[in-house]
Amino acid sequence: MISIDLVLTLVSGLQRPDLERWIVHRLVLPDSTAGGYVFREVDVARVRLIRELRDDLLVNEEALPIVLSLLDQLYEVRRRMRELGQALGRTAPLEVRQAIASQLTGHIEPDL
Amino acid sequence: MDDPYTTLGVKRDASQDDIRRAYRGLAKKHHPDLNPGNAKAEDRFKTISAANELLSDVAKRARFDAGEIDAAGQERPPQPTYRDYAEGASGRRYSPAGPDASGWNAQDLGDMFGSMFGGDHRGRGDGPARGQDERYSFTTDFLDAVTGATRRLTLPDGRTLDVKLPPGTSNGQVLRLRGQGAAGWNGGTSGDALVEIAIAPHPFFTRDGNDVRLELPVTLTEAVLGGPVEVPTPNGPVRMRVPARSDTGTELRLRGRGVPAHAGQDAGDLYATLRVVLGKPDAALETFLQTWKPEHPGNPRHSMEANR
Repeated sequence: MISIDLVLTLVSGLQRPDLERWIVHRLVLPDSTAGGYVFREVDVARVRLIRELRDDLLVNEEALPIVLSLLDQLYEVRRRMRELGQALGRTAPLEVRQAIASQLTGHIEPDL
Repeated sequence: MDDPYTTLGVKRDASQDDIRRAYRGLAKKHHPDLNPGNAKAEDRFKTISAANELLSDVAKRARFDAGEIDAAGQERPPQPTYRDYAEGASGRRYSPAGPDASGWNAQDLGDMFGSMFGGDHRGRGDGPARGQDERYSFTTDFLDAVTGATRRLTLPDGRTLDVKLPPGTSNGQVLRLRGQGAAGWNGGTSGDALVEIAIAPHPFFTRDGNDVRLELPVTLTEAVLGGPVEVPTPNGPVRMRVPARSDTGTELRLRGRGVPAHAGQDAGDLYATLRVVLGKPDAALETFLQTWKPEHPGNPRHSMEANR
């Protein structure tokens, strides 16, 4: 259970009003419980990323949503690519995987 | 462990502002969340962060400068980056489709595997979609373009297309062959093949819209005395009379012997421009010219002299 107070200590340089605003703007999506917000580790990492984007990379607050949206799309694609790779790894026969690999790299892989 | 000043590319007497600026510049380039899948950027970013960690803290920087701690002295265990979660299952929380959107749907699979089952199909939804138009170029003979012809075009993939050139096809014209492009998707119709026509030049004919021109060599006798000559036309040779007293540059018109009538346009004409050719040396001609007194002596270069 990660509370908002714990997040504030885990992420150095983070101010409570900033975090609360990001939650309101749905840049971070902690679970809401009777006892307040509950964060998961992915949320903490995302808060850290948002703070770095704003303070170190100078992405201003207005641009944060679009930058995060693009990153989310990118990660979505990469997650799917990984899932696809795993599915192929579990189901495709070796020669099919080799054929795909040689198709993608543009040359013939040596026999494994 | 590299020297943190070198890592950030700043001098040892750099101000805190310089250090912050240098760090921001490098972080923008190497931040791992902006370079997913680039392990080199990640390593570089860790080094940059560690250097910044040390130098951005005035107290730590002073201890490092004084040699009390080494560059790695205050390095903290690396924190997991957002990417470590984002690409895994927990990253689905921030999926553009929403955290509850479950994995894969038919369209995703179509996006990924569609090309396995017949051609590109960009920009379509789930429904039937028309195949892409495909562009080709085809170089044709001059005469085929004038009179019209059907020619076979072999595509890069080995298919053949019969291209029907209409009479009067012009250079650069694009012919649309319906249904000969890429196959459709989900039962959609095929795209069209768009064939751009290039016309190879002819040894003696040239096109001028629907008219055809050529330069017709004639003998001195034919030019001076006139006489029947055979003139090549796009539809085969035609006999005509060269009028007496013709000269180089005399233009003769053969009505209707250019591009055939097509698509509601009248047939064009053939223009033959005469060019007198003397041929091999002729003793009799030379003897005659030595005694010849021209009826109208004149200077053919007169107009050039006037312009001098």
